[in-house]
Amino acid sequence: MTDDSLRRRIFMTLAAPVGAVLLSVVFSAIVLLIAGANPFAAYADMFEHAAKLETQVSMINRATPLYISGVAAAIGFRMNLFNIGVEGQYLLAAIFAAFVGGAVALPGVFHIGLILLVAMFVGGMWAGVAGLLYTQRGINEVISTIMLNGVALGLVAALVKEWQAKGDIAIVKVGTEPIADSGIIPNLTFIPELFGDIRNDLTGVLVIAIVVGISYHVLINRTVFGYDLRASGANPFAARAGGIPPKRMVMTAMLMSGAVGGLVGMAEIMDKGRYNPNFVGYLGFNGIAVTLLGRNHPAGIALGALLWAFLEASSNILQVTNTAPKEIADIMKGVILLSTVIGYEVVRRIRVREEAARTAARLAEVA
Amino acid sequence: MALAIELTGITKRFPGVIANDDINLAVEAGEIHAICGENGAGKSTLMKILYGMQPADEGVMKVNGEIVDFTSPSEAIDAGIGMVHQHFMLAGQLSVLENVILGAEPTKSANRIDRAVATKHLAEVGEAYGLTIDPDDLVETLEVGERQRVEIIKVLYRGAKILILDEPTAVLVPQEVDELFRNMRELKADGATILFIDHKLEEVLEIADTITVLRQGKTVATVKPTDVTTADLAELMVGSELPTPATSASTVTDEVALEIRDLTVLDDNGRPSVDNVSLRVHRGEVVGVAGVEGNGQNEMIEAVMGTEPIHAGTIILHNSDITRLSVRARREAGIGYVPQDRHHEGLLLEAPLWENAALGYQTKAPFSRGIWFDSAGTRERTEKIREEFDVRTPDIDVSAHALSGGNQQKLIIGREMASEPELLVAAHPTRGIDVGAQAAVWENIRKARRAGMATLLISADLEELIGLSDTIVVMYKGRLVAVLDPNEIDARALGSYMTGANLALDTTAGDAS
Ligand SMILES: Nc1ncnc2c1ncn2[C@@H]1O[C@H](COP(=O)(O)OP(=O)(O)OP(=O)(O)O)[C@@H](O)[C@H]1O
Ligand SMILES: [Mg+2]
Repeated sequence: MTDDSLRRRIFMTLAAPVGAVLLSVVFSAIVLLIAGANPFAAYADMFEHAAKLETQVSMINRATPLYISGVAAAIGFRMNLFNIGVEGQYLLAAIFAAFVGGAVALPGVFHIGLILLVAMFVGGMWAGVAGLLYTQRGINEVISTIMLNGVALGLVAALVKEWQAKGDIAIVKVGTEPIADSGIIPNLTFIPELFGDIRNDLTGVLVIAIVVGISYHVLINRTVFGYDLRASGANPFAARAGGIPPKRMVMTAMLMSGAVGGLVGMAEIMDKGRYNPNFVGYLGFNGIAVTLLGRNHPAGIALGALLWAFLEASSNILQVTNTAPKEIADIMKGVILLSTVIGYEVVRRIRVREEAARTAARLAEVA
Repeated sequence: MALAIELTGITKRFPGVIANDDINLAVEAGEIHAICGENGAGKSTLMKILYGMQPADEGVMKVNGEIVDFTSPSEAIDAGIGMVHQHFMLAGQLSVLENVILGAEPTKSANRIDRAVATKHLAEVGEAYGLTIDPDDLVETLEVGERQRVEIIKVLYRGAKILILDEPTAVLVPQEVDELFRNMRELKADGATILFIDHKLEEVLEIADTITVLRQGKTVATVKPTDVTTADLAELMVGSELPTPATSASTVTDEVALEIRDLTVLDDNGRPSVDNVSLRVHRGEVVGVAGVEGNGQNEMIEAVMGTEPIHAGTIILHNSDITRLSVRARREAGIGYVPQDRHHEGLLLEAPLWENAALGYQTKAPFSRGIWFDSAGTRERTEKIREEFDVRTPDIDVSAHALSGGNQQKLIIGREMASEPELLVAAHPTRGIDVGAQAAVWENIRKARRAGMATLLISADLEELIGLSDTIVVMYKGRLVAVLDPNEIDARALGSYMTGANLALDTTAGDAS
């Protein structure tokens, strides 16, 4: 591929999401004007805030679980399997992992490993329930995972009480027993330090997110299993005739999606050292949005997660500066999501037309 | 006579190919006009342009003398044009009536479909053209010939006076073709103009008033059927002579490759669609299964492939029982499969050709090494298939849907043959493939047969069945009712066996080989 066509391809790939972001900027500006706020001041605040190193560190901290959640959803999406249940899977996984982590004392690697394994196991099993319902009873996974979300939330609420830390009144009612230091993934403080900031902690779970992303890429694009997964998504009947067992694929994809989903809550667990009753929510649903933005692509999902984190950081700062209602960040999220989906389709059409025109030109030269 | 359609200078480009290159076409009102040409010559593209499905890059279209510029099929329909596609577009879960009125629902109040009016109108249309069909039947339950009639009625229902039929006979057996041609003549007598595409040149000569030949996107000739022979037509299409079908010595061995023992398959209602069938295919043998669509042939091959559950019976491949094996295990044991519907079971339409070339073989070299998918090996094999099987495509990165119907079929054949299967299970292997390429595919199967490949063949093309098979069995209502020697039977006679007419003549019913 020539440099030029490579540049074109990159441009075309980014055209839709970038266009969507610009559109949302314009649209939100109009909304702000109507609401009587000054959009320039609001945007200036947002960027000023985001330009700070400490905001950037916290954006990455926020993007890390979102990214893992996005990859979890993407595994299912690749075969047209809509696992809407990452929400329930990660919450349930988080409380189990925290409980087990708080109950044992092991040397560092094993302790951390155990916590991660429990999280993946619980997330996988919970998603596996939806997989079983699908393969054994033909129940649509969208419906079952949504229902399982409800069940998981209830279960978690009950378990929080059940597994409440005992002892000192100060730590009772604030969650599970604290996990000993050996079970905590250390923060990557050295990275912000490189840039001159020593106050902020960069989550060590970032490493896990990166491993998850690379594994996802290798799995989908380099293995026979990944081929089977994509083929099942593209045409389940042809896949079956091609020897790909449809039920086993659904089950495996669900288990994997759930296992990755189980890791979504790890950043928070490692940060707080326990599962507390106001554990961070909605990471599952936001993960789906991030995946849509990133088109199931490992790098795309990362960009999506960072954008989401930026908008959330903006919403926080607007609350402080009061230049605009913080809801503007949510409006922007919605507009971005909608217009990206439309944008991808538009770009696809333009691409086909342009390619045809180029071919014609090339042929005309020859003739 | 007035021209119903006049196309001048139509040009259409796709990435890497010029599908239509300055095409001129004149169709007189009230004639049956055939379009012939090799796979990928641009026939379907031209028809889709005329039907408003794709815009032409250049050129002028006139319908009934007036310049038109359709941006969607609904505009073409308003101008009195209707099209039946190469790949049917019906909803199986809906009834005939619902399919016919889909998109053209007569409404009483705002959103309610007026069934009474629709039923009446449908009956009128059916009667006027001698096309009868029960409006309440589910399309799923219909045979191909009937489905096609539904497609035609659907078009007539919308008041079309100009009909476009893209390869209407590809899926039909001779008796159904006769029926279709009768219908076409009747439509013509009623003043309709018909444009149709066909790869079977005898049929073209039989029914067409005028024939236009396309080659590589250009119009090369417009001829009258009385002035040409099938060989002339083929020569116009490919620019060289029609290969004569080679007669070949039998290569049948006494080693059994596939044995089906007492196979019974039940349909959704618990009735047997395959009823206690036993059959043997030897190494080096082609066993052709003749039968009108819907008599259990498809269910039988699905049982051999393992894609559908069976009720009773045993399937044995080279002395080992494969009845309980998965599709993948059967594939790995050396069974190649050409499914009857290439879009449904054969291809990943949105995926590039090289991904399609691996489908069914992804667990073996050169497509993979262990758990790792081998892109380089896959691409190399795809290039080889493209070359050997003459798959016309700008490159192997285009998605499968960008290939013409016949070239999609060639890709599938190439994929299956390139893996050198022990047993080839093939349904309509040359459906939609042009005469030249068809001869090449046949030659390929014969060559593999000499090397010991066993073949279980289903085909609606009786010439193909007779020309390729060493043994023909006839399937009727789920049973094997006759075993025939292809050297001693012609298409007509075979056709009557298939409809059950010759049943009384046969005594060996039920046990082949
Ligand atoms: N949507 C598309 N995108 C890219 N290329 C296309 C598309 N549709 C058709 N083509 C190309 O245009 C050419 C003509 O295709 P077309 O389907 O018209 O052939 P055809 O004459 O109908 O062949 P067949 O007999 O095999 O059906 C082919 O080379 C095909 O690959
Ligand atoms: Mg075609």
